[in-house]
Amino acid sequence: MVVWMKLTKGLIAGLLITVLLTGCGANWGWYVVSPSTESGRSNLKFLIDGLGYTIALSICAIVISIVIGLLIALPGLAKGRAPRTMNRVYVECFRAIPILVLLLWVYYGLPVVLDIGITAFWAGVVALAISDSAFEAEIFRGGIQSISKGQIEAADSIGLSYYDKMRYVILPQAIRRILPPLGNQLVYMLKMSSLVSVIGLSELTRRANELVVTEYRPLEIYTILVLEYLILILIVSAGVRWLEKKMRADEQ
Amino acid sequence: MGNNGREPIIKIAGMGKSFGDFEALKNIHLTVHNGERVVVCGPSGSGKSTMIRCINRLEAHDVGTITVDNIDLNENTKNINAIRREVAMVFQQFNLFPHLTVVENLTLGPVRARKMNPADAEVLARKYLERVHIPEQAEKYPAQLSGGQQQRVAIARSLCMEPRIMLFDEPTSALDPEMISEVLDVMVELAEDGMTMVCVTHEMSFARKVADTMVFMDAGEIVETASPEQFFSAPESKRTQIFLNQILQY
Repeated sequence: MVVWMKLTKGLIAGLLITVLLTGCGANWGWYVVSPSTESGRSNLKFLIDGLGYTIALSICAIVISIVIGLLIALPGLAKGRAPRTMNRVYVECFRAIPILVLLLWVYYGLPVVLDIGITAFWAGVVALAISDSAFEAEIFRGGIQSISKGQIEAADSIGLSYYDKMRYVILPQAIRRILPPLGNQLVYMLKMSSLVSVIGLSELTRRANELVVTEYRPLEIYTILVLEYLILILIVSAGVRWLEKKMRADEQ
Repeated sequence: MGNNGREPIIKIAGMGKSFGDFEALKNIHLTVHNGERVVVCGPSGSGKSTMIRCINRLEAHDVGTITVDNIDLNENTKNINAIRREVAMVFQQFNLFPHLTVVENLTLGPVRARKMNPADAEVLARKYLERVHIPEQAEKYPAQLSGGQQQRVAIARSLCMEPRIMLFDEPTSALDPEMISEVLDVMVELAEDGMTMVCVTHEMSFARKVADTMVFMDAGEIVETASPEQFFSAPESKRTQIFLNQILQY
């Protein structure tokens, strides 16, 4: 319940700022997004409809990036030099490429290289997932390394296979420790999804840009955009905190 | 020396192990027979723990051979797993899985490594919890138990693998003094039931009570192997005498 109170507080603060700004003497024209007029309602609906893509994009990207991140993190913990080098190369390369640059390359370059067609949505998912997976890999590696050696030895001495050891002993403990940084990544991913607007996916930011072009009301429309991201991310943060609390409760 | 014509089950010959330039174990020869209780003692850093950790390959030895129940211990994963099914280990720091309840700690090995069905595994788990005298703690998490109780859970977890050999790596060294006896009691009962045990410990009264064979190690070598009667009354080596004088002084 505490998380919902915090969420509500955040929203109230956001709205207050909006109202204050409105009172600052700027020439506000809220009519563009006023729920009381036909055109205002349709503009609002147009803006909010972008949520679907933003959310779908972020969820697909985070799920894929967690899987890749884990697959990249595990060789980073191996004894041999070759798998560790592979891990380093992947992490260093993809961590170094700006997301926007990777996105442009995946959307305009990859189809040429592989001779395939790719939609803006999947280009966005691929670029965000790959870029994020490099960070996830480091988060996972850190989390797994923080589990004491004794846990691994105990798992070995009762004869667990590598898979069972990871699945039942190491990862369940590591996941509790990496949940906060993982939540961070999720928030970061949601925000970075706005970059996909540049290749034409009609998510939240793209729609705001389009509406600004037709309505000439950037101040109001971008303010709505800010609030959309704010609400979305406050909900996600509340969800992550709830999950953290639940996992901590499980442990005791 | 207590082998009474019994089968040798662990054979270590000419075994050595180095960590970088440091020679942790040198030319170790040790034979443990079925049902024999071996107590290993020696000053800290003498290689006692490293030696028993080599027996189930938590450490890999560099030279020499280790054979457990006629299986050669080498880098062959199949052999390692076969040996780990027969050899259980109890650690100084218990190493229970903190995110699992006591009964889940006990059933994980049987269910995942021995493919036992979960219901049977739970029956087994409760049987061994009974045996270490804490059946009522089954649903708790390790952090809710005292150190002595945690170590007894760890012993029960090892027993659930129904091992032929149990290794104890200073099982009472991390315990508060008042909890040591409850763990030693369980270990004495195990010994009386005929379990093959190799135990690294400083508990000399326990050693006197259960050991068939005493092994004294110093600087990575086995200095002396003797029956407890001879070991405590007339140790051959000067180093053993000095060590015993130090630890039996109080």
